[in-house]
Amino acid sequence: MRDRPDYVAHAVLILGVVLFALPVWLVFAGSTQDSDAIMRGELSLVPHLSNLSVYTRVFLNGTMGTEPVWHMLLISLGMALAIAFGKITISILSAYAVVFFRFPFRHVAFWLIFVTLMLPVEVRIIPTYAVMADFGLINSFTGLWVPLIASATATLLFRQVFTAIPDELVEAARIDGAGPLRFLRDIVLPVSGANIAALFVILFVYGWNQYLWPLLVATDRGLDTIVIGIVKMIGQETQTDWSAVMATTVLALLPPVVVVVVMQRWFIAGLTEGEK
Amino acid sequence: MDRRTVFNGRLLPAVLLLPQLLLTFFFFYWPAGQAVWSSLITQDAFGQGWVFVGFENFADLFTDPLYVDSIVRTVFFCLAVSVLAMGIALGLAVFADRAIAGRGVYRTLLIWPYAIAPAMSAVLFLFVLNPRVGLLGRWLNHHGIAWDYTLNGAQAMLMVVSASAWKQVSYNFIFFLAGLQSIPRAVTEAARMDGAKGWHRFRTITFPLLAPTTFFLLVVNVVYAAFDTFGTIYALTQGGPGKDTETLVIKVFRDGVINQDIGSSSAQSVVLMVGVIVITAVQFRFMGRRTLS
Repeated sequence: MRDRPDYVAHAVLILGVVLFALPVWLVFAGSTQDSDAIMRGELSLVPHLSNLSVYTRVFLNGTMGTEPVWHMLLISLGMALAIAFGKITISILSAYAVVFFRFPFRHVAFWLIFVTLMLPVEVRIIPTYAVMADFGLINSFTGLWVPLIASATATLLFRQVFTAIPDELVEAARIDGAGPLRFLRDIVLPVSGANIAALFVILFVYGWNQYLWPLLVATDRGLDTIVIGIVKMIGQETQTDWSAVMATTVLALLPPVVVVVVMQRWFIAGLTEGEK
Repeated sequence: MDRRTVFNGRLLPAVLLLPQLLLTFFFFYWPAGQAVWSSLITQDAFGQGWVFVGFENFADLFTDPLYVDSIVRTVFFCLAVSVLAMGIALGLAVFADRAIAGRGVYRTLLIWPYAIAPAMSAVLFLFVLNPRVGLLGRWLNHHGIAWDYTLNGAQAMLMVVSASAWKQVSYNFIFFLAGLQSIPRAVTEAARMDGAKGWHRFRTITFPLLAPTTFFLLVVNVVYAAFDTFGTIYALTQGGPGKDTETLVIKVFRDGVINQDIGSSSAQSVVLMVGVIVITAVQFRFMGRRTLS
């Protein structure tokens, strides 16, 4: 039993891999084919590798009245990085205050942050729009990321991590005369490195994948993220330049997939350890 | 939460907390308060004045058959997505947990879809199943099956459920695999020695030991299906044909952003908030603080 390969396991897992890879392969193959042929329903799984020029074309010029793909990718990248770094920064600061200081209303402050777990953006669409308008943040890049960086989850994670730092370490630092900010920089941040890396992956993907929020607060074409751009493209089902849409789709999928695959080790540990 | 050794000072912690609290106030509490307030008043057509109407907006909402339909539809949608996404993920995780060659490769190839945006899963499904350009969609129509999710409501529902579940499998897979790996080998070995065979061993030993993971994932999947699938549904069907795939979040968006019915959409927002609060409370009541999602 143990000597021969476990055929059933391999079969099931290969089936699973194909289930996920096939649509992406189809889109890649389609991107190299003729749009008119795709319109006639002649989409095939065999790519025409001589036709990769479509990638340069959409990257530089966009298609069907959208911004060039490089521009939409840049907006998405900016939004994802700003959300990831912004969220990590303000969460570290607030968790540090709650864990390493004693001050009045400490528990109130923590609960005020904690309760926002229960208010995802989807449930406060309309009033948040009004607040954004009051601040003049509609159709601005700032509006795309600033409101999304406040969240309870990252603060809770860092609170957990910081609470686990042994008291002896804090005492030693104090005896050495290190102030709170120096302790944060020299001890707390380095020991939280793995958690920060894990959270970065999760938040980068979260930021890159936003759809409802940019749809709501940015109608200006110049602020279209790549996800918004593609959904606009597939919305015009007549006279669609399908191979260009497919090439754009491949380009939109690459960055977050690369981040997840490359940082896989930290990402999985961070995701599942936070649960225990 | 309390540690023995802390730093002194009051100004510094206040400054450290300030950015988080300001953002939380302006983008969470303020709009949430506005939603509650707008749900309790009614404005005249020109936005000039308002009248306090108490729970009238809510009464209107729950007597509106379209809203009740949307609730039922959302519950069905959430359960279908959760069961499908969790079932497939568990199946894959059980086999990926076996000692086979290339398991690391399999793991990577099953985890990457975590990175796909909900709206992008809709785009990928379109290329597979669109009746005119999709590979499989055209094949079905060629072979005598009238497949068109833009016209047929049941097919539209099947489409948004599949696309939403497809995207969520990898997340569930990561957790089920971690759950399986944390089961001590001694336990499964003991069951094996007692003669418990594959399916029986899974049903009586493994699955019960996975219960905490399963419950946690059920909550996460229901929340995902209820809220995060906006992009998937909106990109594929916009809630149509008719209202056949209009979940509660799609309805809030249609009523509030597109039709500008502020009173009703605010009341709907408040209902959703209560829903999230209940789910979160259940989650914390039964499983302590597992929060990162």
